[in-house]
Amino acid sequence: MYSRLHARFCLGKMLVILRDGRKLHGVLRSYDQFANLVLEDTVERIYHGNAFAENWRGLYLIRGENVVLLGEIDLDQEDDIPLRQVDWNVLEPYHKSDIEAKKQREESKAQILYEKKGFCKEGGEGDGY
Amino acid sequence: MLIFSVFKTLTDQQVTVELKNDLSITGILKSVDQFLNIRLDNIKVSDEARHPHMMAVKNCFIRGSVVRYVQISAENVDTQLLEDATRREALNQNVYLDAEYKLESREWRLPSGIG
Repeated sequence: MYSRLHARFCLGKMLVILRDGRKLHGVLRSYDQFANLVLEDTVERIYHGNAFAENWRGLYLIRGENVVLLGEIDLDQEDDIPLRQVDWNVLEPYHKSDIEAKKQREESKAQILYEKKGFCKEGGEGDGY
Repeated sequence: MLIFSVFKTLTDQQVTVELKNDLSITGILKSVDQFLNIRLDNIKVSDEARHPHMMAVKNCFIRGSVVRYVQISAENVDTQLLEDATRREALNQNVYLDAEYKLESREWRLPSGIG
């Protein structure tokens, strides 16, 4: 079943979203039934507003439990996306503050749910994606 | 296994998958496996502005463990049939839960009236 799922996926550029929120673009070279992946020539992308930046990462072996989504990049559509590429060092501070703001929001939400609504504390797995 | 079968009957239908990170993807369900991993073709992300990284993606594979909901259209599911199938499966499982292991003959004995 799994091999059929991926059958059309084995070549070309892929986007992998990880549970910690990272977005990796690379060439999918191998996979197995746990969605463990091997990604070659990988770059990490960050986004803020209508800008994105890339940073070279290299070869990845990703443990399947950390995978959220595996998307096939449509090369025609990729040229048309209305985003501009900027330097990583320029965008990184914005990206970091986005993550920090999201973390704060989630924390205050969890705090309210715990203190006022009788929810339990989350398991600390930290799904930041 | 029952829900896996349900999903298999939904292949080539349009579904909306909501992930635990609030990303909501509509697309044609292409395949599903026993972990309820899902493959969607021709996807569209609601609130694309918040998820710009999805703009160049047409087809995707979603790991079952990160799915929160799958929205399906009501006419694609026969709930009466599903209910009956659920009862049948539950009954089958209970048969084995109630079975006794007989030490002397080293075999399982099903409750009276079954088998």
